[in-house]
Amino acid sequence: MKSAVIVFPGSNCDRDMAVALEKITGQKPIMVWHQEYDFPEVDFIALPGGFSYGDYLRCGAMSARSHVMKEVVKRAEAGVPTFGVCNGFQILTETGLLPGALMRNANLHFVCRDVEMTVENTDSMFTSGYKGMDSITIPVAHHDGNYFADTETLDRLEGEGQVAFKYKSDINGAQRRIAGIMNAKGNVLGMMPHPERMIEPALGGSDGRILFESVINSLG
Amino acid sequence: MKARIHITLKNGVLDPQGKAIEHALGNMGFTGVDAARQGKYIELDLSHTDRAKAEAEVDEMCKKLLANTVIENYSIELE
Repeated sequence: MKSAVIVFPGSNCDRDMAVALEKITGQKPIMVWHQEYDFPEVDFIALPGGFSYGDYLRCGAMSARSHVMKEVVKRAEAGVPTFGVCNGFQILTETGLLPGALMRNANLHFVCRDVEMTVENTDSMFTSGYKGMDSITIPVAHHDGNYFADTETLDRLEGEGQVAFKYKSDINGAQRRIAGIMNAKGNVLGMMPHPERMIEPALGGSDGRILFESVINSLG
Repeated sequence: MKARIHITLKNGVLDPQGKAIEHALGNMGFTGVDAARQGKYIELDLSHTDRAKAEAEVDEMCKKLLANTVIENYSIELE
């Protein structure tokens, strides 16, 4: 699987993502700087975590308007699997690829720890490997992960199976404890927790690895 | 021409920072504060001379970048 990691000024999980992708896919991802207008064809696009543009204005707001994101949006809309973690999730909502917004954690705390989640939909290209798992553990590290959308949107997300993950307990005030959502087509996933940090037992577990493997399997 | 833009969270959207401010003021003995909401203020110096054009453009700026209309309202003053 050929992959690309988009790098913004202030991204800081881009290398974690690259290491995870290389280990799991066996191919080094290409790193794409935010000022690029174009990049080689890939099977998978990752938007990493971090604090792009220092979280100025709103988390992900500046990055969502960068040159490279025009191309990412175009490819995501054309069906290329696109995956945003943490700041990457915030960027995806700011581009409008995913509905809703991520706000300051309701308790105002920066949450940095392993969290337990339920997989709400195991039929997607990102989550098929989680079939039969009641609970998975993946770390979070964020200040702005409080997912917000209006009731109608939340009902639609839940009704259409677009909610991928939910926290087992409330950690940040997110509506309906949503940790990760997909677009209607199911090829764009945004989530606050960091699966790229949980890819082998030496890191405390490998629940994150299953997500990447699911994508590889779905691509055949 | 100057544009003054106020961006505020929509009603019904939880504002934890506003809540923290409200509590801090209460703790300091300011008992008359029923609620606090935190927002943003942005000032732009514009080279426009046509007011209507400026207003339309700033409105577009708000929609496309300065505010996130999923959670925020904005108001524009020109002078």
